[in-house]
Order: sequence, then structure tokens, then C-alpha cells
Amino acid sequence: MASEFTMRVWRGDISGGEFKDYRVEAQEGMVVLDVIHTIQATQAPDLAVRWNCKAGKCGSCSAEINGKPRLMCMTRMNLFESGDTITISPIKTFPLLRDLVTDVSFNYEKAKKIPALKLKAKEADGTRRMYQDDVDRVQEFHKCIECFLCQDVCHVIRDHEDNKPDFAGPRSFVRMASLEMHPLDEEDRRELLKVDAGLGYCNITKCCTEVCPEGIHITDNAIIPLKERVVDAYYDPVVWLMNKLTGK
Amino acid sequence: MSDQAVAVNRGGPTDKTLRIDSWWVEPVVTVGMLSTFLIYTTWAALVNEHYYVAPYLSPFYSPCLSTSCAHVTLGLFDWPLSPAILILWAPAGFRLTCYYYRKAYYRSFWMSPPACAVRDGHAQYSGETRFPLLMQNLHRYFFYAATLVVLFLWWDALLAFRFPTADGGSEFGMGLGTLVLIANAAFLSLYSFSCHSCRHLCGGGLDVLSQSPLRLKLWRQVSRLNENHMLFAWISLVGVMLTDVYVRFISMGYISDVRFF
Ligand code: SF4
Ligand code: SF4
Ligand code: FES
Ligand code: FES
Repeated sequence: MASEFTMRVWRGDISGGEFKDYRVEAQEGMVVLDVIHTIQATQAPDLAVRWNCKAGKCGSCSAEINGKPRLMCMTRMNLFESGDTITISPIKTFPLLRDLVTDVSFNYEKAKKIPALKLKAKEADGTRRMYQDDVDRVQEFHKCIECFLCQDVCHVIRDHEDNKPDFAGPRSFVRMASLEMHPLDEEDRRELLKVDAGLGYCNITKCCTEVCPEGIHITDNAIIPLKERVVDAYYDPVVWLMNKLTGK
Repeated sequence: MSDQAVAVNRGGPTDKTLRIDSWWVEPVVTVGMLSTFLIYTTWAALVNEHYYVAPYLSPFYSPCLSTSCAHVTLGLFDWPLSPAILILWAPAGFRLTCYYYRKAYYRSFWMSPPACAVRDGHAQYSGETRFPLLMQNLHRYFFYAATLVVLFLWWDALLAFRFPTADGGSEFGMGLGTLVLIANAAFLSLYSFSCHSCRHLCGGGLDVLSQSPLRLKLWRQVSRLNENHMLFAWISLVGVMLTDVYVRFISMGYISDVRFF
């Protein structure tokens, strides 16, 4: 059964813009991205929107729906009541290119600074071995689709532009956790985490976890364990004393 | 409090939030719950009376380290003020630096942020990079201290089976208070052992867990508990307060304990 909605969509670019209302009919099973495409096809052919897979896997269609960071292709219209007005705005943390499309290059610049896996030496028989028990933990992090919704919602940069140079953001922490906890990696990223990536800016308020469409436990499984590793290196007076006494 | 987090022109809407749900309910409830606990605990810890009625000792006064205690656990010295002050810094510091409570009070009391995708209540933000919030990194030491206190609470729960007799001796028994003290120690243990620092110390800090089978096992158990850390945080918070109320009310004669045998 079809339902009627008013889609209040942000139209504009970096120099300014406004919400425009479009009345649309949604058929059973439609998602927000379908409705945006309907608007494109029938009322606003110049409406800019980034998308690719329509399956929640490419991470392109991130937007804010009624103020909540979400994937448009994974938000079903039956979440709303017929007759509702639904606000669709671009993700707020990054500069707007046009309409619903933002420039997310900040995230790629941050990614470039993360040292890649540095493999341990091979074992005597010329191989490297990993056990399932050791990789279980990092597999969760590999589910990331780089939608950057976590980066978008993180108040450290969302509400404080001045923190951007000093803070890598939750997506970067997920990547760094996957490398730091890797059983075959021997790179130490703790100084990078503390100094350049600004892990201490995160106040573990968990919004990144709340919005992650892949259900990655960003705060509990990546950020907090990384914070504890940084504590080992910098804030543990017992370790510090031991190092002093043993002349390390 | 300033309500103008730096709004740089990025080109989109500039509203404080576009959320239309009741995002403010959670911070309001959190402020209410935590304030009630804080006010009650401060009063109960300072009042220095009605914290012991044989064989029950209120958890706010355990272990009782002063020789002037109504029930001495370890009489180390004579302390003129409330003996609760001698030990409450440990559980208080543990909760204050707890990763979960940090989330709760940063959001509700400090509005940083009040809810997800709602503008931060402050113009400047440096997170936990500077003193005093840098001290949050000492959480694991409070974990050690508070866990020691929990061990004493189990000891008190054991003593709660030993009822005084008319001839000045004692006999084995069980009252509702015994169950209350056991439940309190159990909830506080679940809270302590589901702690993120505990999880790290048990095995989370290792990259190759498979080489330390015991720590791998421990880490798995603690990780399972850790998934419910928030729940344990609230249950144990309310539990410890109600345990004190129970002991206090019996001691004040408002209610009497139910003795099972
Ligand atoms: S938990 Fe930390 S990284 Fe995640 S959104 Fe909150 S402040 Fe940002
Ligand atoms: S961690 Fe989750 S929210 Fe963040 S970019 Fe990856 S999939 Fe998106
Ligand atoms: S279009 Fe690929 S995630 Fe939505
Ligand atoms: S007690 Fe909550 S994280 Fe340690």
C-alpha cells in the first residue's frame, strides 16, 4: 500500500542553501534512498546524492535522517507514519559539495597516516602462523564499510572544527585497533595514537557505536582497549617505576 | 554554560540538532539518578551512625578501619571522623573514572555532547587530553583498590550468617539482611569484574592470546561480563544504596529484619 510523505531535503552548496519540501508517494518496501531517487526522477533532476550499492555495503549514501546519521539505503520508509515530514540533510562534519554530497577527504588523509601492518619475522620453517583465537577479535573491525557515519557523529570534530588537525576519529581508531591487535604485527602505534591521532580527545560517549551500520562495537572493542594500551605506555606509574629501576 | 560550539560554515544546516525524538530524556534521567545517589551517599557516609546492626554492616562503612567503629573490621587506628571517609574514596574513584560512568556524566552533566548529533554544550573542547581529565587514565588503580573493598563485602556477607545470642555468644542463622548483603556483594563483583581495565589486564593487552590459554579464557569471560557493564553499573549502584537503607532502617527501628532460621 502506498503512503504519502513530505521529504524536506537540503538543497545548496558551501555558499548557502535551504530545505526544500517534496511530496512523494512511497511504495511498500521502499527505503529512503528510493524516495530520493523518485524525487530525482520526477521533481528535481539536479538533486545531488552519492550512492552505489543500495545494499548497505559501499558506505556511500550516508546522510542525516530526521537529524540522525544513517545510511539512506538501509532506512526503510515503514519506520515513518504516512503523512510524516522527514528531514534529509547532508552529513554535518564535512564540507558540503552539493545537496546531499559532502567532501569526505578528511578521512582519507587521516587514513594515510596510519602505518600499515609490519609483519613479524617468519618462523624457522619459513612460514607465519596465526590462530583463530587471535584473529577472532580483529575480524569485527574488518566489517567497516567506510561510511564515515561515526566520523560524522563524533562531537570532537562535528562541533569543534579546530580539533580536526589533532584528532583522527573513530574510523581511524577502528583501523588502528585492527592493526595493533593483529597477532603478526610488530609496529607500535601507541605514540601515534596518543600524540597525532588524539585518542585522548575521545570522551567515550559512544555516539560512534550508536550510529555504526555494521554494528561494530567501536568504543568498547577498539577505542577503550586502545586507551588501555596507551595507559600501559604513558600513564602507568608501576610500569614507569619498573622501567626506571630496570634502567629501560 | 555556553551554547555555542564553534559553528564553521561547512555549507549544511546549522541547527543545534535536527533530531525530533526525545533525546533529552536520557540525560535528564541520568542526572536525576546520579544526583540522588550522590546526595544520599554523602549524607550516609558523613552521618556516622546507624550503619551497623548485628550482624549486618552497611557497605558504605566496610571495611571499618577505625578502632572507634561500631563494628571494627580492621582496627588500624583511632579516627575521629566518620570511618566511611577512610574507604569510600576507592569505590567513589572507581565509579568516577569508570568508562561507562564517564559516558553517562559527560553526556548528562557536562553536555559534551548531551546526545548524539545534538550540539556540544561547550565552545571549546579538549576531551581527556589535559589535567584534570587526564587523570581518568588512572582508572586501573581504582579497580585494584575497589576490588579489595569488594572482598571485604564478601567477608561481611559471611559474617551476616553469625547472629548474636542473648548470652553474648553467637549462632549460625540467616535473615533477609544476609541475602541483601550477599546480593550486594554479588552485584558489586559483577560490576568490578566486568570493568574495561580488568578486561585489558586479564588478556586484552596481549596480541597473541593463544599463547596464554589461561589469560585467553579469563579475557573471554570478562569480555562476556563486559557486554553488560552498564547494566551492572546501575544495578550495583542502586543495590548498594538500598543495602545501606536496609541496615539503617533496622538500626533505627523503622523495620525489623526477617529471620529465616
Ligand atoms: S566515543 Fe569517542 S570517538 Fe566515538 S563518537 Fe564519542 S568521542 Fe567520538
Ligand atoms: S566504523 Fe562503522 S560507522 Fe565508522 S566508517 Fe566503519 S562502518 Fe561506518
Ligand atoms: S548505497 Fe551503498 S551503502 Fe547505501
Ligand atoms: S568500572 Fe567501569 S570501566 Fe572500569
